[in-house]
Amino acid sequence: MTQINQLSLKQLHNGLKRKEFSVREIAAAFLDRIKAVDGQVRAFLTLDPGRILNDAEEIDQKLRSGELGMGFLTGIPLALKDNIVTQATRTTAGSRILENYLPPYSATVTNRLRQAGALILGKTNCDEFAMGSSTENSAYFPTRNPWDLNRVPGGSSGGSAAAVAAGEAPAALGSDTGGSIRQPAAFCGVVGLKPTYGRVSRYGLIAFASSLDQIGPLAATTADAAMVLQAIAGHDAADSTSAQRGVDNYLVEIGRDVKGLRLGIPKEWFGSGLDPVVETSVRAAVGHLEKLGCSIAEVSLPNTEYAISTYYIIAPAEASSNLARYDAVKYGYRVPNPQDLEDMYKRSRSEGFGAEVKRRIMIGTYVLSSGYYDAYFLKASKVRTLIAQDYEKAFKTVDLLVGPTTPTLPFKLGEKTGDPLQMYLSDVYTVTANLAGIPALSLPCAITRENLPVGLQILGPHFQEGLLLRVAHALEQELGLKRPVLPR
Amino acid sequence: MVPIDDVKKIADLAKLTYAPEELERFVHHFQEILDYFDHLNTAPTEGVEPTYHALGAFSGTPFRPDQTRPSLGCTEAVSNAPQEVDCQFRVPKVIE
Repeated sequence: MTQINQLSLKQLHNGLKRKEFSVREIAAAFLDRIKAVDGQVRAFLTLDPGRILNDAEEIDQKLRSGELGMGFLTGIPLALKDNIVTQATRTTAGSRILENYLPPYSATVTNRLRQAGALILGKTNCDEFAMGSSTENSAYFPTRNPWDLNRVPGGSSGGSAAAVAAGEAPAALGSDTGGSIRQPAAFCGVVGLKPTYGRVSRYGLIAFASSLDQIGPLAATTADAAMVLQAIAGHDAADSTSAQRGVDNYLVEIGRDVKGLRLGIPKEWFGSGLDPVVETSVRAAVGHLEKLGCSIAEVSLPNTEYAISTYYIIAPAEASSNLARYDAVKYGYRVPNPQDLEDMYKRSRSEGFGAEVKRRIMIGTYVLSSGYYDAYFLKASKVRTLIAQDYEKAFKTVDLLVGPTTPTLPFKLGEKTGDPLQMYLSDVYTVTANLAGIPALSLPCAITRENLPVGLQILGPHFQEGLLLRVAHALEQELGLKRPVLPR
Repeated sequence: MVPIDDVKKIADLAKLTYAPEELERFVHHFQEILDYFDHLNTAPTEGVEPTYHALGAFSGTPFRPDQTRPSLGCTEAVSNAPQEVDCQFRVPKVIE
């Protein structure tokens, strides 16, 4: 029999229903797996096995007594990225400045998962305040890619992606401001979905760039991602940017036929800088979609060349404002014996934040400062309109867009840490979905000869998550990629 | 080249400090990033309105009735404070 920790959410759900195993046995299986491999992978920042087993027993008991119904996520352990707050469970956002932070409340997504009967497994490592593309900016330790422990898992939700890839969690939540769910999903060979801006509540997500941030699932399969999204999507009065709009039934959506769908290939995404291995894999996957009855057309996103500059002006600008809250007064690190208030602010922040976070606060403060505002922030905000219009135009002629998630295969630890601009450039295909607010998904589409996964990105119009999942599911079935037990 | 005094001023506004040995390395990367941003100048934004929010097209600011509701209690609100006295945040003396 397949090990419990290799089962999909649906298989876990069915096994629980048929009483093949208990919630406690599921929890124990994942905890055993974590114990066996997390010393190498290092996906988790905070994990309390005693609490998890207690919670599991409580769910078992409630199921036996009939107090709890058997929902899709009942008894399923899920990992949360450590920038999603969990009441009374340490939440650091990968930063020293929040090393001892015990949130007095839980995020809406945390509450929704709990209400759905899910078991919160632990908090996963991430780049500090979700700023990074490799999880090397975590103030604690880097996470490693389970496919090759010398490579990065991607970032910033690298811990969540690696945990799912290594069978340490059946699914997890991440957050995506410029690719932070999709890029690690691609690097770790799992499914990652960034929903439409406003589809999932941001209440309790530690803010990075408020007009771009969005929480979404990372899972082993498209159906699993759909199940998690179903539980967390929907309007929340606690988040004023949350969309007042009904939620589709994603599990019904994934079963529908893809025949006749019109798919667009953005020609600007296949230029210089794209690794030929990634290109070949993505083009082969597109061939499979054609075989499934989709029509393929080349489209143009002419403002792609401005994507990185636009994003790396707007996101740090918003971050510089959001991170002003870390003032060593209300919570977070305070330097010992400050001389005065100013000294307390400056030294607490300078010691509490890592180099990349400081760099982004500096960029953000610079591009918003008088004299530079028009040239940088205003200009970037106008280009953001152009980027959104590129997508609007494309979606007039095609239903979805498909292309690579990342320009390269997972890179080696330390390969880009000395050169921040090179790290930024690796986000070229992911940042525009956030700027336009559209949903985008990364699906494993190939495993290379050197045994590394390749991600295919699928993007759609606002609130078309169901359509993305449908095409991803069809392609996943068609490709039939085997999920290896990692790390080897 | 971005003048070092400008960098120091920005750091001051952001309430950050850099040690002298960090500063040189920082300025090098900062300059490289600003240089990269330069090509934005070629983007055709004549007559284009800025976008500040991805959801702007879907809904305006939502309103709700202005009714008092329970909120975070005082004890919870100060539970993570580095220094707290009688349910208040304590900071270094501001007024002489």
